[in-house]
Amino acid sequence: MPAAILHNQIIPKQPATTEPASPMLIKVQNLSLFYGTAPALKNITLAMREKRVTAFIGPSGCGKSTLLRCFNRMNDLIDTVRLEGDLTIAGQNIYSADVDVIELRKRVGMVFQRSNPFPKSIFENIAYGLRLQGVRKKSELEAIVEKSLRQAALWDEVKDRLHESALSLSGGQQQRVCIARAIAIEPEVILMDEPASALDPIATAKIEELILDLKKEFTIIIVTHNMQQAARISDETAFFYLGTLVEYASTVEIFTNPKVKQTEEYVTGRFG
Amino acid sequence: MSRPRSFAAERFDYGSFLFTGLTAAATFLILAILAVILGHILLHGWESLSWRFITAGTEKDMFDVHKTGVFPMIIGTAARVILMSIFVVPVGVITAIYLTEYARASSIATRIIRGAVNNLAGVPSIVFGLFGLGFFINFVGQNMDAVLRPDSPDPLWGKPAILWASLTLAVMTLPVMIVATEESLRAIPQGLREGSLALGATKLQTILRVVLPQALPGIMTGAILAISRAAGEVAPILFTGAAYYMAQLPTSLTDQFMDLGYHVFVLSTQSPNIEQTRPILYATVVVLLLLTFALNVVAILIRARIRAKMRAVS
Amino acid sequence: MTSNTNPMRRSVGWLGLKRGHQAHPVEWLAEKAIFLISLSAILMVFLIFVFVAREAWPVLRGQANSSLVRPVIPVEQMDQLSPQKLQDYLGLTPKQYALMDQETMKSLMEVKIEASKEVPDDKDARLNTVSWRYLARPYQWTGYDHPVSIWQPVSPVPKFNIIPLIIGSLKATLVALVFGVPLALGAAVYVSQLAAPRYREWLKPGIELLAGIPSVVLGFFALIVLASFFQGLFGYQSRLNAFVAGIALGLAIIPVVFSIAEDALTSVPRSYTQAALALGASRWQAAWQVVLPAALPGVFAAAVLGFGRAVGETMVVLMASGNASIVSWSLWDSTRTVTATIAAELAETVFGGNHYRILFLIGTLLFVVTFLSNWAGDVIVHRLKKRLEGKI
Repeated sequence: MPAAILHNQIIPKQPATTEPASPMLIKVQNLSLFYGTAPALKNITLAMREKRVTAFIGPSGCGKSTLLRCFNRMNDLIDTVRLEGDLTIAGQNIYSADVDVIELRKRVGMVFQRSNPFPKSIFENIAYGLRLQGVRKKSELEAIVEKSLRQAALWDEVKDRLHESALSLSGGQQQRVCIARAIAIEPEVILMDEPASALDPIATAKIEELILDLKKEFTIIIVTHNMQQAARISDETAFFYLGTLVEYASTVEIFTNPKVKQTEEYVTGRFG
Repeated sequence: MSRPRSFAAERFDYGSFLFTGLTAAATFLILAILAVILGHILLHGWESLSWRFITAGTEKDMFDVHKTGVFPMIIGTAARVILMSIFVVPVGVITAIYLTEYARASSIATRIIRGAVNNLAGVPSIVFGLFGLGFFINFVGQNMDAVLRPDSPDPLWGKPAILWASLTLAVMTLPVMIVATEESLRAIPQGLREGSLALGATKLQTILRVVLPQALPGIMTGAILAISRAAGEVAPILFTGAAYYMAQLPTSLTDQFMDLGYHVFVLSTQSPNIEQTRPILYATVVVLLLLTFALNVVAILIRARIRAKMRAVS
Repeated sequence: MTSNTNPMRRSVGWLGLKRGHQAHPVEWLAEKAIFLISLSAILMVFLIFVFVAREAWPVLRGQANSSLVRPVIPVEQMDQLSPQKLQDYLGLTPKQYALMDQETMKSLMEVKIEASKEVPDDKDARLNTVSWRYLARPYQWTGYDHPVSIWQPVSPVPKFNIIPLIIGSLKATLVALVFGVPLALGAAVYVSQLAAPRYREWLKPGIELLAGIPSVVLGFFALIVLASFFQGLFGYQSRLNAFVAGIALGLAIIPVVFSIAEDALTSVPRSYTQAALALGASRWQAAWQVVLPAALPGVFAAAVLGFGRAVGETMVVLMASGNASIVSWSLWDSTRTVTATIAAELAETVFGGNHYRILFLIGTLLFVVTFLSNWAGDVIVHRLKKRLEGKI
C-alpha cells in the first residue's frame, strides 16, 4: 500500500485501528544496555500489544536493532553486553535466571537483515525448526512446510522445486524462505531486523504485503530505516535516537502529529 | 625541489631491476631444484616400475629389482596412516570446534591450548619416536601386559607394533588436523549460526546440524593433509614398529609392519651392494612420491573447490 | 495460542520455566566433554616431556654409573647380604628376584667376578663416564695427548661427550639457514609483491609442492645425487658432510619459511602498498620499505620455524651427513648431528642401559631447545606485532 507524500509530510495509509485494544504482550521497563561501560540503550520504556505491527525507526546506530535483539536474547551471544531493567513477555521476565533461552527463541522468532538460509534444500530449511522440536513424520512436515510457504506467499513459486537448494533462489525469495522458516514453528512474536533493506523494490513490496497478512496471527516488531515503509505497514511506531526512546505512539500520530520536535524533524527528513 | 620536465624515465632503475631480478631468481631457482629432484627420480625410477613391482612382495630375491615388489610396504604405510586418522580426526575436529565455537579469545585455557598446539607442531620428529617408545611402548604397553598377561614372559603390547606407531603419528599430526578444521569452521559466516540459534536450536545442535556439515570438505582436506604428511615420515616409526622384513602382512594391532620410507632409508644406508639396489631404491621412491603427491593434490583440489564455492555464495 | 493438532512438543505455560541452562543436560555434558578432549593437546606436550625425560632420569640426576670398576662381593658372602642389597648388586627387578633360586643367583655372582677380571687395563675404566663432567667437557682419555671431546659409545670405555653432536647439529643448521632462508624469503617477496597476481596462483602451490616431498626422499636425493655433484664441484675429500646435509636441510625448510613469510606479506593491507606507490615509490621500494617492515612479525616467525625445523630434522642428516662424530668446525668434514645419533644408535642399545639413557637424554635436550626457541619466537613475534600496532 503506497503512502502519499505531500510537502515533506508522510501520510500513512493505515487507518487508525478500530479493533478493540488487545492486551499488552511485551513490556519494556527502564531497560538500559551497555557494551562493557559504553551505553547503547538508555532507559527504554514501552509496551507493545498482541497481533500488531510495531516499527522501530531512527537514524543508523541509534540502537533499534540492539533493542530488537533483546527480545529473543540474541545479545547474549556478545560477551561484553550488560543489561539493566526489565523485559517481560506475557508477564514473564525473560531475563530471569530460570528462563530457558532455547524455549524463548521458539516463541520469539527472528528474520535477519541479510537473508541466511541454510545451504540445504528449501524443504529442509523450513523443516529445520520442526525437526528440532521432534516432528518426524513426513506427512506432518510436508503439511507444515506447505502451510508456511503459503503464508509467506512463496508456495506457488517453489512448489515444484522444494528439494533444490535454497541458495538457488533470488534474494527476495531467499528472504521469504527465511520468513517461512521462522513462522513454521509458530512463534508468538516475530522480530524483523530490516528484512527488506537488501532487496529491490518489487521484492520489498511483496514482503510488506506479507507482513500485513502475517499480522493476523503474529505479533510483529520491525526495525526499518525506511520511514515510508514504517508508515505503510505498522500500527505503532517508536522513534529512537542515540539509544533513547524519543517518542512512541500510533503510526498515524507519529507521522501526522508528532509531539516531540525531534520526531517531527526526523519524519520530515530534516536529518537522518 | 627541481623536477624533471617530462615524465620519461631519465635513468635506468637499477634498484628495481636488481631487486626484482634477485627475488625472481630465487623463486625460479627453487622451482628448478624441485623440477630437477622430481625429474631425476622419475627418470631413474620409471624404468623399474611395473605392475608386478607394486603388487608383488619380497618373497623372492629382495635385492633383485626384477623379482622384488613393494606391496607389503604399500600396505604397511597405508595401514598405519588409516589407523592414525581414526585417532587424529575426532580429537582434532573436537579441539577445533572448542577453539572456534566455544572458547573465548582472551581466556587462559584458550591461550594455553593454542600454545600447546603450536609447540606440538614444532616438536622434532625423532622426539616423537622417543615419545612413542618411552610412553606408548614402555609405559602403556608394558602396563597392559602386566594387567592382561601377568604370567607371560614375552611382551605382546609392550613392544613395537602398528598400534603404537599409528598413535605416535596421530599425536604428531594433531596440529595439522586442528588448523585445517579451524580454518574451515571460521570460513562459515556467522549469519548461519545466528539463524539457527534464532530458531530455538541449542549451540550444540547448531554445530552438529548446520556448521559441521558445511565444514566437512575442509575437515576432509585436513585429514588428507595429515595422512599425506604421516605417510612420508620415517623418524617416528623407527622404534615404534617399522621393520625391514616381515614374512606376513600385519594382521593385528600388535604386529610390526614394513614401510616404503623406512625401506628406502635402510636400503640406502645399509645395502650390501649399492649398484644392485639402486634401481629398487629409485622405484620405491617413485611409489612413495606418487602416494604422497596424489594425496596432496587431492587435498589442494578439494580446498580450491571449497574456496571457489565460498566466493560464489557470499 | 497453540492448537491441539500441533505436533510440536511445547512445554506448559508460555515460557517453559525449566531451570535455565539445566534444561539441556545432554548438551551440558557434551560441552564439558568437548572441553576435556581439547585439553589433550596440552596433555600431549606434557607427556612427551615427561616420558622422554623419564628414560633419561638416572643420568639426568647423576645417579647412573658406568664405571667398569666395581666393588665385587665374593660368592661365599652371598648369604650375608640382605635381599634388597642382593637385588641391587645383581641388578634385578623385584619380579625377577622372586623368580630366581639360589643356584642361579650364585652363578650370577660368579659371572660378576669373572667380568671384573675383564676390565680393560685402562686408567679410565674406573671413571663414571655418564656423569655430567664427561658428558659436557673435554677430557684427556688414555691414548690422547690433549683433552678431547669424543662421542664413542661403543668402546671398552664408553665415551659420551655430546659436544661433537651439538657442533654437528649447529653446522648443518647454519648451512641450511644461510642457504634456505634467503631463498625462501626472496621467493616470498617476489610471489607476494612483485609478480603479477595471475602468476601467484600457480607459483605459490608450485613452491609449496616442495613440502610434499618426504624428508627421506630428500635425504636419498642428497645421498645419491647431491653428494657426488658437490664433490665434483668443490673437490673435497669426504663425500658426505655437513655441507651436503646442510643444503638438503635447506631444501627441507624452504617450503615452511616460504609459506609463512608469503602469508605474512600478503596479509599486509593493500592500502599500504597503494599509498607508497601513490607517493611515487617503485614496486620494489614499496615492497622493501613498507610491506616488509609491516610483515616483520610473520617473517621473523617464519625464520624461527625454519630454525626449529632444521634443528629437529632427522632423515636428511642421517642419510647425508656422513655420521662421523668428531669435533670439527669444517663444513667439508663428515659430521654427526644430535638427531641422527638418536636415530642411528637407539636400535642397537641395551634397553635401560647407559647408552640408551644418554640417547633419551639428548632427545630431551633437543625437545627443550625446540620448545624454548618456539616459545621465544612467539614472544618476540608478539612484541613485534604490538610495536607495529603502536601499543609499545
